[in-house]
Amino acid sequence: MLKFIKGPMESIEGVAIYPIISLLIFFIFFAALFWWVVTAKRDYIKEVSNLPLDTNQNEDYK
Amino acid sequence: MEVQQFYYDNKIVKKFIVATMFWGIVGMSVGLLLAFMFLFPNLTDGISWLSFGRLRPLHTNAVIFAFVGNAIFAGVYYSTQRLLKARMFSDFLSSLNFWGWQAIIVAAAITLPLGFTSSKEYAELEWPIDIAIALVWVAFGINLIGTILKRRQRHLYVAIWFYLATFVTVAVLHIFNNIELPVGALKSYSVYAGVQDALVQWWYGHNAVAFFLTTPFLGLMYYFVPKAANRPVYSYRLSIVHFWSLIFIYIWAGPHHLLYSALPDWAQNLGVAFSVMLLFPSWGGMINGLLTLRGAWDKVRVDPVLKFMVVAITGYGMATFEGPMLSLKNINAVAHFSDWIIAHVHVGALAWNGFLTFGMVYWLVPRLFKTRLWSVKLANTHFWIGTLGMIMYALPMYVAGFAQASMWKQFNPDGTLVYGNFLETVSEIIPMYWMRAIGGSLYICGALVMLYNIVKTAKQGSIVQDELAEAAALATVTSKRTAGEAYHSWLERRPVKLTIFATIAILIGGMVQIIPSLMVDKYVPVISSVKPYTPLELEGRDLYIREGCVSCHSQMIRPFRSEVERYGEYAKPGEFVYDHPFLWGSKRTGPDLLRVGGKYSDNWHLNHLYDPQSTSSGSIMPSYKWLVQNELDKSNTEDKMRAMVQLGVPYSEEEIARAQEWMAEQGTKIEENLYNDPDFAKTYEADKQYAQENNLEFTEMRNREIVALIAYLQRLGTDIKVKNAQEVSSN
Repeated sequence: MLKFIKGPMESIEGVAIYPIISLLIFFIFFAALFWWVVTAKRDYIKEVSNLPLDTNQNEDYK
Repeated sequence: MEVQQFYYDNKIVKKFIVATMFWGIVGMSVGLLLAFMFLFPNLTDGISWLSFGRLRPLHTNAVIFAFVGNAIFAGVYYSTQRLLKARMFSDFLSSLNFWGWQAIIVAAAITLPLGFTSSKEYAELEWPIDIAIALVWVAFGINLIGTILKRRQRHLYVAIWFYLATFVTVAVLHIFNNIELPVGALKSYSVYAGVQDALVQWWYGHNAVAFFLTTPFLGLMYYFVPKAANRPVYSYRLSIVHFWSLIFIYIWAGPHHLLYSALPDWAQNLGVAFSVMLLFPSWGGMINGLLTLRGAWDKVRVDPVLKFMVVAITGYGMATFEGPMLSLKNINAVAHFSDWIIAHVHVGALAWNGFLTFGMVYWLVPRLFKTRLWSVKLANTHFWIGTLGMIMYALPMYVAGFAQASMWKQFNPDGTLVYGNFLETVSEIIPMYWMRAIGGSLYICGALVMLYNIVKTAKQGSIVQDELAEAAALATVTSKRTAGEAYHSWLERRPVKLTIFATIAILIGGMVQIIPSLMVDKYVPVISSVKPYTPLELEGRDLYIREGCVSCHSQMIRPFRSEVERYGEYAKPGEFVYDHPFLWGSKRTGPDLLRVGGKYSDNWHLNHLYDPQSTSSGSIMPSYKWLVQNELDKSNTEDKMRAMVQLGVPYSEEEIARAQEWMAEQGTKIEENLYNDPDFAKTYEADKQYAQENNLEFTEMRNREIVALIAYLQRLGTDIKVKNAQEVSSN
């Protein structure tokens, strides 16, 4: 009965390239992501993270 | 620089908050009614539109799309305007978004109880409503992107990215999962069949959780938690990593809903791997949310808004830890189909979505109405009732899940099942169902307390419909990167590029799964003995869909000794090639039905559907009396068969031409079988005679709905009952 599972995989030609492509996509995605984050400027980070608090109205209600 | 004056649209936010509270209470009440139906199965006896199978999708749709949906819009419309320093792009689109969404909810609330359903979980609505959803969603998207384009704030805060990703991904998911062929005003068949349909459905289903219940709420978290705590988010860098890794990984994880099913193994393993990885961005986000409160934990003690938010984020952490664990095959083998999953989803819904919504409402309403919260004490009361309610809900369901799974799998030394009768495993967990109903009641009581508090707050204040604000106009800068500007800072001031990149990130995972799945039917080994349903069985299958049988009964026997022993030969992908849509199900409140065909007599099915407790003492299945009385509508059968032909089911022209005759033959055969029971013969003849004497209309048994359903049930799984069925690969 295992052939129900193994069959489809084996019948794809050149299936070995799939995991290699997957690994590459993954590596590049996360390498790029961390590059972005690490190179982000401190001032910029500070400015953007304060955006929700930057308000010109009195919101002091509780 | 020129300072411009403009107005924030508060009216639209208010409208969405009202809708959130209204639909929240409706959705939860339907859920509570369902919880009580486990204890009193015949609570709505004989009322077809209040039966369990039809109300269950109403509950899930109402809570997801009506309660959480309106909360998303309320939060997005409030925060987007302020984060971008601009009024929403178009008041007309805001209004269209609001009224269109409410109209869709009303349409769902009418059609689902009437039995118009496509049966695919969280996508049950029929095709005209699907089209309406797509249109309203696009209106929302244009409004959001339009606002971004006319913003007065250069940088896009992370919450806005989450909103953008939500818009794009939900649109993609909704469209691809709902490609269906209409066969009537409110009836359609999924273009996908069997394994393929299952994969597309759970790619959608899983990501409906990801991109409807999670990403927009993370956006809300990144806005409202800093607001309520009055300090910036713990780490903005972490939020960047959180966003990109979450949307990139989430989309791959869908197949973990189909472990040990007839789905190809590669897809299952892909789903598992990505689900485990998903733990990291999810927990990164949770930690970021909780640590935002660093140095402000004293505020949590006194501020109900923060209390709700802390429990919400904790709930998010719990659910997103449990999710990857549940997707491990060995844990899934135990949890799947059991009440464990019900506990899991309710931790997500009640804590993460519910409590974040409540926190947001308690924060927003006083500000919209320029007043203070009417009673902080009542809000605290709500918090404690709600928290207690959640615990009372979730814990018993975990116990029930474990109890069920252990009982399903337990063997005697001689190799027979200890609990061979499924009902034993049901009656064992009734006390848990009681506790769940009590927990749910508490949670709703809390929501009612909130409603009262919010109405009082609104009454003591007065709303400012259009709130004046000032901001400098955005000076044009070069679209190129400026000197020293980091790549990401540049990217997130280019909203269109950001959207495109986010779309690519979600499409990669989607494509890797969906493209092979579109080709998968070529790879599904053909089983020559599997034949299309007869017209009567096809009609019976539509009744099975209409009544929502799939809510409680799976049609998927996993390759476990315990399941093969209990239900029969495990499911093969080739068995489902004519199933538009697939009906594998996701929960076993009752037993699996894949191989129920031929297991019981026709009379047993009739008696069981008329009065389940008469054949199965202690059963919690409700009665489906109307099926026994209603005349079967055979007017569309040929159209349905033609639709199936278009989808690749090999009915010949002759078969379609003799559909009516064929149905009559098969119906008559079942009617004859039913006469084997003297009790049936006696009552049926008496009914017939009574009708004749009183000149009443009488529908012959062979023309009633029950006969079609029996035909379908008796067919189920019989195609490969023969040992060593001949297999022919199509390749």
